[in-house]
Amino acid sequence: MRTARSMLSKALSYLALTALGAFLLAPFAWMVLVSLHPKRAPIPTLDRLVPPDPQWSNYSLVLLSENLPLSRFFLNSLFVTASVVVAQLLIASLAAYGFAKLRFRGSGLLFAVFIGSLMLAGPVVQIPVFLMARGFGWLDTYWALIMPGASSAFSVFLLRQFFMQLPRELDEAARLDGAGDFRIYWKVVLPLSRAALATAGAFIFFGVWTDFFWPLLSTSSTEMRTLEVGLSVFKNSYGGSYWPLQMTAAVIVMAPLLLVFLFTQRYFVKGVTLGGIK
Amino acid sequence: MSATRRREGLLGWLFVAPATLHLLVFALFPIGYAIYLSLFKWQLFKGTQQFAGLSNFAIAFREEAFWNALWNSARYALVGVPLGMVVALAVALLVNQRLPGMSVFRTLFYTPAISSGVAVAMVWIYVYLPETGLINSAIGLVNAVFGTRFPTSTDFLARSDLAMWMLVFMSVWTGLGPRMVLFLAGLVGIPQSIYEAAELDGAGRWRVLRSVTLPLLAPTTLFVLVTSSIGALQVFTPVYMMTRGGPEDTTDVIGYHIYNEAWVNFNMGLAAAKSLALFVIIAAVAAFQFRLMRSRLEGYSAT
Repeated sequence: MRTARSMLSKALSYLALTALGAFLLAPFAWMVLVSLHPKRAPIPTLDRLVPPDPQWSNYSLVLLSENLPLSRFFLNSLFVTASVVVAQLLIASLAAYGFAKLRFRGSGLLFAVFIGSLMLAGPVVQIPVFLMARGFGWLDTYWALIMPGASSAFSVFLLRQFFMQLPRELDEAARLDGAGDFRIYWKVVLPLSRAALATAGAFIFFGVWTDFFWPLLSTSSTEMRTLEVGLSVFKNSYGGSYWPLQMTAAVIVMAPLLLVFLFTQRYFVKGVTLGGIK
Repeated sequence: MSATRRREGLLGWLFVAPATLHLLVFALFPIGYAIYLSLFKWQLFKGTQQFAGLSNFAIAFREEAFWNALWNSARYALVGVPLGMVVALAVALLVNQRLPGMSVFRTLFYTPAISSGVAVAMVWIYVYLPETGLINSAIGLVNAVFGTRFPTSTDFLARSDLAMWMLVFMSVWTGLGPRMVLFLAGLVGIPQSIYEAAELDGAGRWRVLRSVTLPLLAPTTLFVLVTSSIGALQVFTPVYMMTRGGPEDTTDVIGYHIYNEAWVNFNMGLAAAKSLALFVIIAAVAAFQFRLMRSRLEGYSAT
Protein backbone atom coordinates (compact mmCIF):
# COMPACT_ATOMS: atom_id res chain seq x y z
CA MET A 1 0.00 0.00 0.00
CA ARG A 2 2.65 2.37 1.06
CA THR A 3 5.03 1.52 -1.77
CA ALA A 4 2.19 1.73 -4.28
CA ARG A 5 1.45 5.24 -3.09
CA SER A 6 5.05 6.30 -3.23
CA MET A 7 5.37 4.79 -6.72
CA LEU A 8 2.37 6.80 -7.79
CA SER A 9 3.71 9.99 -6.31
CA LYS A 10 7.08 9.40 -8.00
CA ALA A 11 5.37 8.84 -11.33
CA LEU A 12 3.32 12.01 -10.87
CA SER A 13 6.44 14.00 -10.01
CA TYR A 14 8.21 12.86 -13.14
CA LEU A 15 5.11 13.54 -15.19
CA ALA A 16 4.82 17.09 -13.85
CA LEU A 17 8.53 17.77 -14.31
CA THR A 18 8.56 16.42 -17.85
CA ALA A 19 5.50 18.45 -18.79
CA LEU A 20 7.10 21.56 -17.35
CA GLY A 21 10.39 20.81 -19.08
CA ALA A 22 8.59 20.41 -22.40
CA PHE A 23 6.80 23.69 -21.79
CA LEU A 24 10.10 25.44 -21.05
CA LEU A 25 11.86 23.97 -24.05
CA ALA A 26 9.04 24.30 -26.59
CA PRO A 27 9.89 27.88 -27.60
CA PHE A 28 13.57 26.94 -28.07
CA ALA A 29 12.69 23.86 -30.12
CA TRP A 30 10.38 25.97 -32.24
CA MET A 31 13.15 28.51 -32.76
CA VAL A 32 15.51 25.85 -34.13
CA LEU A 33 12.89 24.19 -36.34
CA VAL A 34 11.67 27.46 -37.86
CA SER A 35 15.24 28.53 -38.56
CA LEU A 36 15.49 25.60 -40.98
CA HIS A 37 12.49 26.57 -43.10
CA PRO A 38 12.98 28.34 -46.46
CA LYS A 39 13.80 31.96 -45.70
CA ARG A 40 10.67 33.39 -47.32
CA ALA A 41 8.36 30.75 -45.90
CA PRO A 42 5.43 31.87 -43.72
CA ILE A 43 5.31 30.80 -40.10
CA PRO A 44 4.65 27.06 -40.19
CA THR A 45 1.66 25.60 -38.41
CA LEU A 46 2.42 23.01 -35.76
CA ASP A 47 1.73 20.03 -38.02
CA ARG A 48 4.22 21.34 -40.60
CA LEU A 49 6.79 22.46 -38.09
CA VAL A 50 9.47 19.91 -38.99
CA PRO A 51 10.95 21.18 -42.24
CA PRO A 52 10.89 18.50 -44.95
CA ASP A 53 14.00 20.00 -46.51
CA PRO A 54 16.13 21.69 -43.81
CA GLN A 55 17.69 24.89 -45.09
CA TRP A 56 21.09 24.86 -43.43
CA SER A 57 22.06 27.58 -45.88
CA ASN A 58 20.07 30.03 -43.70
CA TYR A 59 22.92 29.84 -41.24
CA SER A 60 25.63 30.75 -43.72
CA LEU A 61 23.31 33.42 -45.11
CA VAL A 62 22.87 35.07 -41.72
CA LEU A 63 26.45 34.54 -40.59
CA LEU A 64 27.79 36.15 -43.77
CA SER A 65 25.07 38.78 -44.15
CA GLU A 66 26.33 42.29 -44.80
CA ASN A 67 23.36 43.90 -43.01
CA LEU A 68 24.29 42.03 -39.92
CA PRO A 69 28.03 41.73 -39.18
CA LEU A 70 27.46 38.94 -36.69
CA SER A 71 31.14 38.07 -36.39
CA ARG A 72 31.87 41.67 -35.45
CA PHE A 73 29.04 41.64 -32.86
CA PHE A 74 30.37 38.37 -31.53
CA LEU A 75 33.90 39.74 -31.16
CA ASN A 76 32.52 42.88 -29.47
CA SER A 77 30.52 40.79 -27.00
CA LEU A 78 33.49 38.53 -26.39
CA PHE A 79 35.95 41.36 -25.80
CA VAL A 80 33.60 43.36 -23.60
CA THR A 81 32.48 40.36 -21.57
CA ALA A 82 36.02 39.04 -21.09
CA SER A 83 37.28 42.47 -19.99
CA VAL A 84 34.44 42.94 -17.54
CA VAL A 85 34.81 39.44 -16.08
CA VAL A 86 38.56 39.89 -15.50
CA ALA A 87 38.29 43.44 -14.13
CA GLN A 88 35.33 42.67 -11.93
CA LEU A 89 36.83 39.48 -10.50
CA LEU A 90 40.04 41.32 -9.67
CA ILE A 91 38.51 44.47 -8.18
CA ALA A 92 35.69 42.69 -6.40
CA SER A 93 37.92 39.97 -4.94
CA LEU A 94 40.30 42.61 -3.55
CA ALA A 95 37.38 44.39 -1.89
CA ALA A 96 35.90 41.09 -0.71
CA TYR A 97 39.22 40.23 0.95
CA GLY A 98 39.25 43.62 2.66
CA PHE A 99 35.72 43.17 3.97
CA ALA A 100 36.12 39.52 4.96
CA LYS A 101 39.62 39.41 6.42
CA LEU A 102 40.64 42.88 7.55
CA ARG A 103 39.22 45.06 10.27
CA PHE A 104 39.13 48.75 9.46
CA ARG A 105 37.17 51.74 10.60
CA GLY A 106 33.98 52.26 8.64
CA SER A 107 34.01 48.86 6.96
CA GLY A 108 30.54 47.94 8.21
CA LEU A 109 29.03 51.17 6.95
CA LEU A 110 30.86 50.96 3.64
CA PHE A 111 29.68 47.40 3.10
CA ALA A 112 26.11 48.50 3.81
CA VAL A 113 26.48 51.22 1.16
CA PHE A 114 27.65 48.55 -1.30
CA ILE A 115 24.61 46.38 -0.56
CA GLY A 116 22.25 49.36 -0.70
CA SER A 117 23.56 50.39 -4.11
CA LEU A 118 23.11 46.82 -5.30
CA MET A 119 19.43 46.91 -4.50
CA LEU A 120 18.51 50.47 -5.38
CA ALA A 121 20.79 52.25 -7.80
CA GLY A 122 19.55 50.56 -11.00
CA PRO A 123 16.91 52.90 -12.43
CA VAL A 124 18.46 56.17 -11.28
CA VAL A 125 21.96 55.87 -12.69
CA GLN A 126 21.14 55.32 -16.38
CA ILE A 127 20.78 58.99 -17.32
CA PRO A 128 23.72 60.33 -15.27
CA VAL A 129 26.08 57.56 -16.36
CA PHE A 130 25.14 58.16 -19.99
CA LEU A 131 25.86 61.88 -19.61
CA MET A 132 29.14 61.11 -17.84
CA ALA A 133 30.16 58.71 -20.60
CA ARG A 134 29.30 61.42 -23.12
CA GLY A 135 31.40 63.92 -21.17
CA PHE A 136 34.37 61.53 -21.11
CA GLY A 137 34.01 60.94 -24.85
CA TRP A 138 33.28 57.27 -24.19
CA LEU A 139 30.05 56.94 -26.14
CA ASP A 140 30.21 54.37 -28.91
CA THR A 141 33.57 53.06 -27.64
CA TYR A 142 34.58 50.01 -25.62
CA TRP A 143 35.18 52.25 -22.61
CA ALA A 144 31.46 52.91 -22.26
CA LEU A 145 30.71 49.22 -22.55
CA ILE A 146 33.37 48.08 -20.09
CA MET A 147 33.97 50.71 -17.41
CA PRO A 148 30.55 50.77 -15.71
CA GLY A 149 30.83 47.02 -15.22
CA ALA A 150 34.45 46.96 -14.02
CA SER A 151 33.25 46.35 -10.48
CA SER A 152 29.94 45.35 -8.97
CA ALA A 153 28.51 45.24 -5.49
CA PHE A 154 27.00 41.86 -6.28
CA SER A 155 30.39 40.24 -6.91
CA VAL A 156 31.87 41.91 -3.83
CA PHE A 157 29.03 40.45 -1.76
CA LEU A 158 29.26 36.97 -3.28
CA LEU A 159 33.03 36.68 -2.86
CA ARG A 160 32.97 38.13 0.64
CA GLN A 161 30.50 35.45 1.70
CA PHE A 162 32.89 32.81 0.41
CA PHE A 163 36.07 34.31 1.84
CA MET A 164 34.43 34.46 5.28
CA GLN A 165 33.94 30.70 5.17
CA LEU A 166 37.62 30.01 4.58
CA PRO A 167 39.21 28.77 7.81
CA ARG A 168 41.25 31.49 9.50
CA GLU A 169 44.02 29.03 10.34
CA LEU A 170 45.12 29.03 6.70
CA ASP A 171 45.97 32.69 6.47
CA GLU A 172 47.32 32.68 10.01
CA ALA A 173 49.77 29.94 9.02
CA ALA A 174 50.87 31.99 6.02
CA ARG A 175 51.18 35.05 8.26
CA LEU A 176 53.50 33.16 10.61
CA ASP A 177 55.64 32.38 7.58
CA GLY A 178 55.99 36.11 7.12
CA ALA A 179 53.55 36.60 4.28
CA GLY A 180 51.84 39.97 3.98
CA ASP A 181 48.15 40.47 3.15
CA PHE A 182 48.65 40.94 -0.57
CA ARG A 183 50.65 37.72 -0.67
CA ILE A 184 47.98 35.89 1.35
CA TYR A 185 45.28 37.25 -0.93
CA TRP A 186 47.10 36.23 -4.07
CA LYS A 187 48.78 32.98 -2.98
CA VAL A 188 46.37 31.55 -0.42
CA VAL A 189 42.87 32.98 -0.68
CA LEU A 190 42.47 33.23 -4.46
CA PRO A 191 43.76 29.71 -5.24
CA LEU A 192 41.44 28.29 -2.56
CA SER A 193 38.52 30.21 -4.02
CA ARG A 194 38.58 28.88 -7.55
CA ALA A 195 35.01 27.59 -7.24
CA ALA A 196 33.76 30.92 -5.89
CA LEU A 197 35.60 32.85 -8.59
CA ALA A 198 34.13 30.56 -11.24
CA THR A 199 30.68 31.12 -9.77
CA ALA A 200 31.04 34.89 -9.73
CA GLY A 201 32.60 34.74 -13.19
CA ALA A 202 29.66 32.77 -14.54
CA PHE A 203 27.16 35.25 -13.13
CA ILE A 204 29.14 38.17 -14.56
CA PHE A 205 29.49 36.45 -17.94
CA PHE A 206 25.77 35.92 -18.43
CA GLY A 207 24.86 39.31 -16.99
CA VAL A 208 27.16 41.19 -19.34
CA TRP A 209 26.71 39.01 -22.42
CA THR A 210 22.93 39.32 -22.29
CA ASP A 211 22.82 42.93 -21.12
CA PHE A 212 20.60 44.90 -23.44
CA PHE A 213 19.74 48.28 -21.99
CA TRP A 214 23.18 49.82 -21.50
CA PRO A 215 24.78 48.70 -24.80
CA LEU A 216 21.63 49.91 -26.57
CA LEU A 217 22.04 53.36 -25.03
CA SER A 218 25.78 53.75 -25.16
CA THR A 219 26.53 52.56 -28.69
CA SER A 220 25.19 53.84 -31.98
CA SER A 221 27.37 52.58 -34.82
CA THR A 222 26.93 49.08 -36.21
CA GLU A 223 30.59 48.23 -35.55
CA MET A 224 30.18 48.80 -31.81
CA ARG A 225 27.00 46.77 -31.30
CA THR A 226 27.07 43.71 -29.11
CA LEU A 227 25.31 40.50 -30.15
CA GLU A 228 22.28 41.27 -28.02
CA VAL A 229 21.72 44.74 -29.44
CA GLY A 230 22.69 43.58 -32.95
CA LEU A 231 19.99 40.93 -32.78
CA SER A 232 17.34 43.48 -31.83
CA VAL A 233 18.44 45.74 -34.69
CA PHE A 234 18.25 42.79 -37.08
CA LYS A 235 14.78 41.93 -35.85
CA ASN A 236 13.51 45.46 -36.19
CA SER A 237 15.03 46.05 -39.61
CA TYR A 238 13.47 42.91 -41.05
CA GLY A 239 10.23 43.83 -39.33
CA GLY A 240 8.94 40.31 -38.85
CA SER A 241 8.86 39.50 -42.56
CA TYR A 242 11.57 36.82 -42.57
CA TRP A 243 10.77 34.64 -39.61
CA PRO A 244 13.13 31.81 -40.53
CA LEU A 245 16.08 34.21 -40.82
CA GLN A 246 15.14 35.95 -37.57
CA MET A 247 15.07 32.63 -35.81
CA THR A 248 18.37 31.65 -37.41
CA ALA A 249 19.91 34.78 -35.93
CA ALA A 250 18.30 34.04 -32.58
CA VAL A 251 19.73 30.51 -32.57
CA ILE A 252 23.19 31.84 -33.43
CA VAL A 253 22.98 34.27 -30.51
CA MET A 254 21.70 31.58 -28.14
CA ALA A 255 24.18 28.86 -29.08
CA PRO A 256 27.29 30.20 -27.30
CA LEU A 257 25.20 31.00 -24.22
CA LEU A 258 23.87 27.45 -23.98
CA LEU A 259 27.34 26.07 -24.60
CA VAL A 260 28.89 28.11 -21.79
CA PHE A 261 25.94 27.28 -19.53
CA LEU A 262 26.50 23.57 -20.11
CA PHE A 263 29.97 23.91 -18.60
CA THR A 264 29.13 26.34 -15.81
CA GLN A 265 25.65 25.26 -14.76
CA ARG A 266 26.77 23.59 -11.54
CA TYR A 267 28.19 26.91 -10.32
CA PHE A 268 24.80 28.59 -10.48
CA VAL A 269 23.28 26.44 -7.76
CA LYS A 270 26.42 26.86 -5.69
CA GLY A 271 26.54 30.62 -6.18
CA VAL A 272 23.02 31.19 -5.07
CA THR A 273 23.58 29.00 -2.04
CA LEU A 274 26.60 31.10 -1.16
CA GLY A 275 24.95 34.45 -1.70
CA GLY A 276 21.74 33.31 -0.11
CA ILE A 277 20.73 34.20 3.37
CA LYS A 278 21.43 31.80 6.15
CA MET B 1 49.67 46.41 18.97
CA SER B 2 47.97 49.65 18.03
CA ALA B 3 50.50 50.15 15.25
CA THR B 4 49.53 46.83 13.65
CA ARG B 5 45.87 47.79 14.08
CA ARG B 6 46.49 51.01 12.24
CA ARG B 7 48.43 49.17 9.56
CA GLU B 8 45.56 46.72 9.15
CA GLY B 9 43.14 49.64 8.91
CA LEU B 10 45.15 51.25 6.15
CA LEU B 11 45.52 47.93 4.35
CA GLY B 12 41.79 47.35 4.56
CA TRP B 13 41.10 50.64 2.82
CA LEU B 14 43.74 49.81 0.21
CA PHE B 15 42.01 46.53 -0.61
CA VAL B 16 38.57 48.07 -0.94
CA ALA B 17 39.81 51.27 -2.63
CA PRO B 18 39.34 50.27 -6.31
CA ALA B 19 35.83 48.92 -5.73
CA THR B 20 34.91 51.92 -3.58
CA LEU B 21 36.21 54.33 -6.20
CA HIS B 22 34.11 52.54 -8.81
CA LEU B 23 31.09 52.68 -6.52
CA LEU B 24 31.61 56.41 -6.04
CA VAL B 25 31.94 57.12 -9.74
CA PHE B 26 29.27 54.79 -11.14
CA ALA B 27 26.66 54.64 -8.36
CA LEU B 28 26.92 57.33 -5.68
CA PHE B 29 27.94 60.30 -7.80
CA PRO B 30 25.29 59.45 -10.45
CA ILE B 31 22.60 59.41 -7.76
CA GLY B 32 23.63 62.91 -6.73
CA TYR B 33 23.86 63.93 -10.37
CA ALA B 34 20.33 62.61 -10.95
CA ILE B 35 19.03 64.72 -8.07
CA TYR B 36 20.80 67.75 -9.57
CA LEU B 37 19.38 67.04 -13.04
CA SER B 38 15.87 66.66 -11.68
CA LEU B 39 15.93 70.32 -10.67
CA PHE B 40 16.46 71.53 -14.23
CA LYS B 41 14.40 71.81 -17.34
CA TRP B 42 16.64 70.49 -20.08
CA GLN B 43 16.30 69.06 -23.55
CA LEU B 44 19.32 66.96 -24.47
CA PHE B 45 21.14 68.09 -27.65
CA LYS B 46 19.41 71.45 -27.69
CA GLY B 47 18.68 74.25 -25.29
CA THR B 48 20.38 75.08 -22.06
CA GLN B 49 19.65 73.87 -18.57
CA GLN B 50 17.07 76.05 -16.87
CA PHE B 51 16.71 75.84 -13.15
CA ALA B 52 13.19 74.67 -12.45
CA GLY B 53 13.12 73.87 -8.76
CA LEU B 54 10.80 71.02 -8.00
CA SER B 55 8.56 71.69 -10.97
CA ASN B 56 9.68 68.48 -12.75
CA PHE B 57 8.23 66.50 -9.86
CA ALA B 58 5.06 68.58 -9.99
CA ILE B 59 4.80 67.94 -13.73
CA ALA B 60 5.38 64.22 -13.29
CA PHE B 61 2.78 63.84 -10.59
CA ARG B 62 0.19 65.73 -12.62
CA GLU B 63 0.86 63.66 -15.73
CA GLU B 64 -1.69 60.96 -16.44
CA ALA B 65 0.84 58.97 -18.47
CA PHE B 66 3.19 58.78 -15.48
CA TRP B 67 0.47 57.43 -13.19
CA ASN B 68 -0.59 55.05 -15.91
CA ALA B 69 2.98 53.74 -16.13
CA LEU B 70 3.15 53.32 -12.35
CA TRP B 71 -0.18 51.52 -12.38
CA ASN B 72 1.03 49.20 -15.15
CA SER B 73 4.20 48.39 -13.22
CA ALA B 74 2.10 47.74 -10.13
CA ARG B 75 -0.11 45.33 -12.07
CA TYR B 76 2.93 43.62 -13.56
CA ALA B 77 4.62 43.20 -10.18
CA LEU B 78 1.58 42.45 -8.03
CA VAL B 79 0.47 39.57 -10.24
CA GLY B 80 3.77 38.43 -11.74
CA VAL B 81 5.85 38.26 -8.56
CA PRO B 82 3.48 36.17 -6.37
CA LEU B 83 2.60 33.93 -9.32
CA GLY B 84 6.25 33.46 -10.24
CA MET B 85 7.13 32.69 -6.62
CA VAL B 86 4.38 30.11 -6.14
CA VAL B 87 5.36 28.33 -9.35
CA ALA B 88 9.06 28.46 -8.46
CA LEU B 89 8.41 27.10 -4.96
CA ALA B 90 6.29 24.27 -6.34
CA VAL B 91 9.02 23.38 -8.82
CA ALA B 92 11.68 23.61 -6.12
CA LEU B 93 9.71 21.20 -3.94
CA LEU B 94 9.42 18.81 -6.89
CA VAL B 95 13.09 18.82 -7.82
CA ASN B 96 14.17 18.71 -4.18
CA GLN B 97 13.05 15.07 -3.95
CA ARG B 98 15.76 12.44 -3.78
CA LEU B 99 15.03 10.91 -7.15
CA PRO B 100 17.35 10.14 -10.05
CA GLY B 101 17.55 12.76 -12.76
CA MET B 102 16.60 15.75 -10.62
CA SER B 103 19.81 17.63 -11.42
CA VAL B 104 18.97 17.38 -15.12
CA PHE B 105 15.61 19.03 -14.47
CA ARG B 106 17.21 21.74 -12.35
CA THR B 107 19.60 22.60 -15.17
CA LEU B 108 16.80 22.51 -17.69
CA PHE B 109 14.60 24.86 -15.68
CA TYR B 110 17.42 27.36 -15.29
CA THR B 111 17.99 27.70 -19.04
CA PRO B 112 15.52 30.52 -19.77
CA ALA B 113 17.30 32.68 -17.19
CA ILE B 114 20.67 32.54 -18.96
CA SER B 115 19.14 33.06 -22.38
CA SER B 116 19.38 36.16 -24.49
CA GLY B 117 16.48 38.39 -23.48
CA VAL B 118 16.13 39.64 -27.04
CA ALA B 119 16.05 36.13 -28.56
CA VAL B 120 13.54 35.02 -25.91
CA ALA B 121 11.32 38.04 -26.65
CA MET B 122 11.46 37.23 -30.38
CA VAL B 123 10.31 33.68 -29.72
CA TRP B 124 7.53 34.81 -27.39
CA ILE B 125 6.21 37.23 -30.00
CA TYR B 126 5.58 34.09 -32.00
CA VAL B 127 4.03 32.23 -29.05
CA TYR B 128 1.32 34.89 -28.90
CA LEU B 129 0.68 35.40 -32.65
CA PRO B 130 -2.87 34.92 -33.96
CA GLU B 131 -3.57 31.73 -35.96
CA THR B 132 0.04 30.57 -36.41
CA GLY B 133 1.34 31.33 -32.91
CA LEU B 134 2.14 28.48 -30.52
CA ILE B 135 -0.88 29.02 -28.28
CA ASN B 136 -3.35 29.52 -31.14
CA SER B 137 -1.96 26.54 -33.09
CA ALA B 138 -2.30 24.42 -29.98
CA ILE B 139 -5.92 25.55 -29.66
CA GLY B 140 -6.37 24.70 -33.34
CA LEU B 141 -4.98 21.24 -32.68
CA VAL B 142 -7.45 20.75 -29.83
CA ASN B 143 -10.26 21.89 -32.13
CA ALA B 144 -9.20 19.41 -34.80
CA VAL B 145 -8.98 16.48 -32.38
CA PHE B 146 -12.05 17.13 -30.24
CA GLY B 147 -14.23 18.94 -32.76
CA THR B 148 -14.44 22.01 -30.53
CA ARG B 149 -14.57 25.53 -31.90
CA PHE B 150 -12.37 27.64 -29.69
CA PRO B 151 -11.23 30.81 -31.45
CA THR B 152 -7.70 30.68 -32.88
CA SER B 153 -7.51 34.29 -33.99
CA THR B 154 -6.75 35.96 -30.65
CA ASP B 155 -3.94 38.46 -31.13
CA PHE B 156 -2.76 38.28 -27.55
CA LEU B 157 -0.23 41.13 -27.69
CA ALA B 158 -2.59 43.48 -29.55
CA ARG B 159 -5.46 43.17 -27.09
CA SER B 160 -5.39 45.92 -24.47
CA ASP B 161 -7.12 43.64 -21.96
CA LEU B 162 -4.64 40.77 -22.46
CA ALA B 163 -1.21 42.13 -23.42
CA MET B 164 -0.07 42.87 -19.87
CA TRP B 165 -0.98 39.39 -18.64
CA MET B 166 0.93 37.87 -21.53
CA LEU B 167 4.06 39.71 -20.35
CA VAL B 168 3.35 38.53 -16.81
CA PHE B 169 2.97 34.93 -17.97
CA MET B 170 6.26 35.16 -19.81
CA SER B 171 7.99 36.55 -16.71
CA VAL B 172 6.97 33.45 -14.77
CA TRP B 173 8.76 31.41 -17.42
CA THR B 174 11.94 33.53 -17.59
CA GLY B 175 12.19 34.05 -13.83
CA LEU B 176 11.67 30.45 -12.83
CA GLY B 177 15.32 29.36 -12.69
CA PRO B 178 16.85 31.83 -10.25
CA ARG B 179 13.83 31.74 -7.94
CA MET B 180 13.79 27.94 -7.96
CA VAL B 181 17.48 27.76 -7.12
CA LEU B 182 17.05 30.23 -4.24
CA PHE B 183 14.16 28.19 -2.84
CA LEU B 184 16.23 25.02 -3.25
CA ALA B 185 19.04 26.58 -1.25
CA GLY B 186 16.53 27.41 1.47
CA LEU B 187 15.01 23.93 1.44
CA VAL B 188 18.40 22.28 1.78
CA GLY B 189 18.98 24.41 4.88
CA ILE B 190 15.99 22.95 6.74
CA PRO B 191 17.23 20.19 9.07
CA GLN B 192 15.94 16.72 8.19
CA SER B 193 15.29 16.00 11.89
CA ILE B 194 12.40 18.50 11.93
CA TYR B 195 10.71 16.61 9.11
CA GLU B 196 11.23 13.33 10.95
CA ALA B 197 9.72 14.78 14.11
CA ALA B 198 6.71 16.06 12.15
CA GLU B 199 6.25 12.63 10.59
CA LEU B 200 6.37 10.98 14.01
CA ASP B 201 3.64 13.37 15.10
CA GLY B 202 1.58 12.04 12.23
CA ALA B 203 1.55 15.23 10.20
CA GLY B 204 0.44 14.77 6.61
CA ARG B 205 2.27 16.22 3.63
CA TRP B 206 0.12 19.30 3.36
CA ARG B 207 0.42 19.95 7.07
CA VAL B 208 4.21 19.58 6.95
CA LEU B 209 4.36 22.05 4.09
CA ARG B 210 2.22 24.59 5.94
CA SER B 211 3.61 24.20 9.43
CA VAL B 212 7.25 23.28 8.83
CA THR B 213 8.51 24.08 5.36
CA LEU B 214 6.90 27.46 4.71
CA PRO B 215 7.69 29.04 8.10
CA LEU B 216 11.30 27.85 8.00
CA LEU B 217 11.62 29.05 4.45
CA ALA B 218 10.48 32.57 5.37
CA PRO B 219 13.91 34.24 5.13
CA THR B 220 14.41 32.78 1.64
CA THR B 221 10.90 33.84 0.67
CA LEU B 222 11.66 37.38 1.80
CA PHE B 223 14.86 37.48 -0.22
CA VAL B 224 13.09 36.17 -3.34
CA LEU B 225 10.19 38.56 -2.81
CA VAL B 226 12.40 41.62 -2.50
CA THR B 227 14.71 40.81 -5.42
CA SER B 228 11.81 39.76 -7.66
CA SER B 229 9.87 42.92 -6.85
CA ILE B 230 12.85 45.14 -7.59
CA GLY B 231 13.39 43.31 -10.86
CA ALA B 232 9.71 43.50 -11.82
CA LEU B 233 9.55 47.25 -11.19
CA GLN B 234 12.47 47.75 -13.59
CA VAL B 235 11.40 45.46 -16.43
CA PHE B 236 12.37 46.79 -19.85
CA THR B 237 13.54 44.37 -22.55
CA PRO B 238 10.30 42.39 -23.16
CA VAL B 239 8.26 45.60 -23.33
CA TYR B 240 10.74 47.22 -25.69
CA MET B 241 10.87 44.16 -27.94
CA MET B 242 7.29 42.92 -27.83
CA THR B 243 4.72 45.64 -27.21
CA ARG B 244 6.47 49.02 -27.22
CA GLY B 245 4.21 49.96 -24.34
CA GLY B 246 1.06 49.29 -26.34
CA PRO B 247 -1.70 48.58 -27.06
CA GLU B 248 -3.10 51.91 -25.85
CA ASP B 249 -0.28 52.27 -23.32
CA THR B 250 -1.54 49.28 -21.32
CA THR B 251 1.98 47.80 -21.09
CA ASP B 252 3.78 51.13 -20.77
CA VAL B 253 5.57 50.16 -17.56
CA ILE B 254 7.60 52.70 -15.62
CA GLY B 255 11.00 51.44 -16.84
CA TYR B 256 9.92 51.82 -20.44
CA HIS B 257 8.15 55.12 -19.72
CA ILE B 258 11.34 56.63 -18.27
CA TYR B 259 13.33 55.29 -21.22
CA ASN B 260 10.99 57.13 -23.59
CA GLU B 261 11.06 60.33 -21.57
CA ALA B 262 14.86 60.34 -21.63
CA TRP B 263 15.85 58.81 -24.95
CA VAL B 264 12.90 59.57 -27.22
CA ASN B 265 11.60 62.89 -25.85
CA PHE B 266 15.05 63.88 -24.47
CA ASN B 267 13.47 65.55 -21.43
CA MET B 268 16.43 64.78 -19.21
CA GLY B 269 15.32 66.72 -16.14
CA LEU B 270 11.83 65.27 -16.15
CA ALA B 271 13.19 61.78 -16.81
CA ALA B 272 15.63 62.15 -13.90
CA ALA B 273 12.77 63.26 -11.64
CA LYS B 274 10.72 60.23 -12.67
CA SER B 275 13.65 57.88 -12.13
CA LEU B 276 14.10 59.30 -8.64
CA ALA B 277 10.41 58.71 -7.94
CA LEU B 278 10.90 55.09 -9.02
CA PHE B 279 13.98 54.86 -6.78
CA VAL B 280 11.92 55.99 -3.78
CA ILE B 281 9.12 53.57 -4.66
CA ILE B 282 11.53 50.64 -4.92
CA ALA B 283 13.15 51.54 -1.61
CA ALA B 284 9.74 51.85 0.03
CA VAL B 285 8.52 48.54 -1.36
CA ALA B 286 11.69 46.77 -0.20
CA ALA B 287 11.48 48.35 3.26
CA PHE B 288 7.80 47.48 3.56
CA GLN B 289 8.44 43.86 2.63
CA PHE B 290 11.26 43.60 5.16
CA ARG B 291 9.00 44.94 7.93
CA LEU B 292 6.10 42.76 6.96
CA MET B 293 8.20 39.63 6.97
CA ARG B 294 9.94 40.54 10.19
CA SER B 295 6.65 40.81 12.06
CA ARG B 296 5.61 37.48 10.54
CA LEU B 297 8.88 35.88 11.63
CA GLU B 298 8.43 37.15 15.17
CA GLY B 299 4.93 35.73 15.15
CA TYR B 300 6.29 32.31 14.34
CA SER B 301 8.96 32.28 17.00
CA ALA B 302 6.41 33.38 19.62
CA THR B 303 4.08 30.41 19.05
